[in-house]
Amino acid sequence: MITSTHYLVLGGLLALIGTLGVLTRRNVVVILMSIELILNAANLNLVAFARELNQIQGQVFAVFVIAIAVAEASVGLGILIALFRNKETVDAGEIDLLKW
Amino acid sequence: MLPALALASFGCVVLLLEFLLGKARAAAARQWILGLSLTGLAVTAWTLWAQQQALDGRRLTAFSGAISVDGFALFFNWIFLVASLVTILISYRYLEIEGEEHAEYYGLILLAQCGMYFLATGTDLVTIFVGLELMALSFYILVGFLRGERRSNEAALKYFLLGVFSSALMAYGFSLLFGVAGSTRLKDIGTAIQAGDLHDPILLMGLAVTTVALLFKISAVPFHMWAPDAYEGAPTPVTAFLSVGSKAASFALLLRFFLEPLGALRDAWQPLLVAVAVLSMTAGNLAAITQTNLKRLIAYSSISHAGYMLLGLVAGNETGLQGIAVYVLVYTFTNLGALLVVAALRSKGAGRGTEEDLNDISGLAQRNPAYAALMVVFLLSLAGLPPTAGFIGKYYIFLSLIQTGHTVLAVIATLYVAVAIFYYFRIVKRMYMGEAAERASLISSSLGVRVALGITTAATIVIGLYPEPFLRFAEISLLR
Repeated sequence: MITSTHYLVLGGLLALIGTLGVLTRRNVVVILMSIELILNAANLNLVAFARELNQIQGQVFAVFVIAIAVAEASVGLGILIALFRNKETVDAGEIDLLKW
Repeated sequence: MLPALALASFGCVVLLLEFLLGKARAAAARQWILGLSLTGLAVTAWTLWAQQQALDGRRLTAFSGAISVDGFALFFNWIFLVASLVTILISYRYLEIEGEEHAEYYGLILLAQCGMYFLATGTDLVTIFVGLELMALSFYILVGFLRGERRSNEAALKYFLLGVFSSALMAYGFSLLFGVAGSTRLKDIGTAIQAGDLHDPILLMGLAVTTVALLFKISAVPFHMWAPDAYEGAPTPVTAFLSVGSKAASFALLLRFFLEPLGALRDAWQPLLVAVAVLSMTAGNLAAITQTNLKRLIAYSSISHAGYMLLGLVAGNETGLQGIAVYVLVYTFTNLGALLVVAALRSKGAGRGTEEDLNDISGLAQRNPAYAALMVVFLLSLAGLPPTAGFIGKYYIFLSLIQTGHTVLAVIATLYVAVAIFYYFRIVKRMYMGEAAERASLISSSLGVRVALGITTAATIVIGLYPEPFLRFAEISLLR
């Protein structure tokens, strides 16, 4: 029997992997993917709770989060392409014009 | 709801206007775009005014409790309106210099303001999250608006990565809070927190993650890293809008969150906020000392201002909350004014990034005494010295700290004002005593810039000399 605890643990693991990815990876595209993992962890939690509590609000919230994640990805890739045109890199370590 | 409708519909129309009118570079088309954006703001102002009259101190909720229109929300909405009005007024000339005159710019400003409306009024997790993202996504694009400029690209990318990371954390925190309360309404979450066990790991995790995301958004230390980069690389009018609009909106959300659902847990979060506030004042003020780029200096000073505002919430009595409202109002006008002078330094022909440095403002008093004098007024106000508005803001925050017995905090905060005076007056010294740089930039003035300067200067001086009406205005905006 899979209970909502299982979903919560899975969501927590996904969020942890995503956070570690954001903090340790240098490639901007991989950082974006890691952020998507955290958002999906949130979605998983929302849907699991909605099922456990037997109500619809959580599912509606998850749909909103999915839509927003798509908007975020498109804006982020747009910005990345603008940067790539001026400086051919997707490595976060080489983006060093602005500091201190 | 009407102000948001007005902003969203005008924002969408302006966004599409470039397709309808053809090339936005034609002077007539650009003036149409500017006119339509200003009309949008005028309609918003009118609907806000109508709501203010209809409200009469009461609190109205709509969409079965998803948004709440009260004095608090309307107060912050007036601030957002001032911020976007001033931004639009100074942008016309700035975009002309940069050669990036696109209708989307104005559309995004209106849409960002629409997002801010929902941050200030939202009382439901879904509404808050969508409003936050509407504001943040518009800002990511605006910060990177100078597409050919590497510094702008970099600033946008860094702001985007950290901003989206904090949004994702917030979504995760919200999902846990939803699970604990079984509802997305802030009111139900408050009830669940009061009834529930504080040692419930799900609740603790949800609260911790959400708090981190909120502190990210107001750029409090240790989550401030994005602010200096985003402020420096963005087009200067966007820096102005970001530093006041985004900060005020995030503060509105933070206040509503900490006072309504978390009000019962004051003992738990107060020490945390004390630490964050002291860290923000320390890191912001100390890092600002060594800056040579004006926008970066203002970014670090704005981090320290976030610390001062948090102190009002630490005190938490009526004076403190009124103090935060006054502080945000004063900070809006003053910071807009200071960044406006920096934006006016930008003129055609020179390379970018060469006109926002301490060297470029050097000797400004000889080249343009009026702008130098105005800059002094804004810097005095940012530092919090008496004849200007900044003093009133700081006075109420410090007063509330002393009233609630946080004397040590009040002393620390006052000491940091002395540090702030040091680095603000370094700018004044360079303006009046410094030699003008070889290729000294000329002030590029326009009607919009002059009107915006008039608004910000008048407010900075009037609030300083005759604060009563503004204090009363702030008083009706308290969350009760």
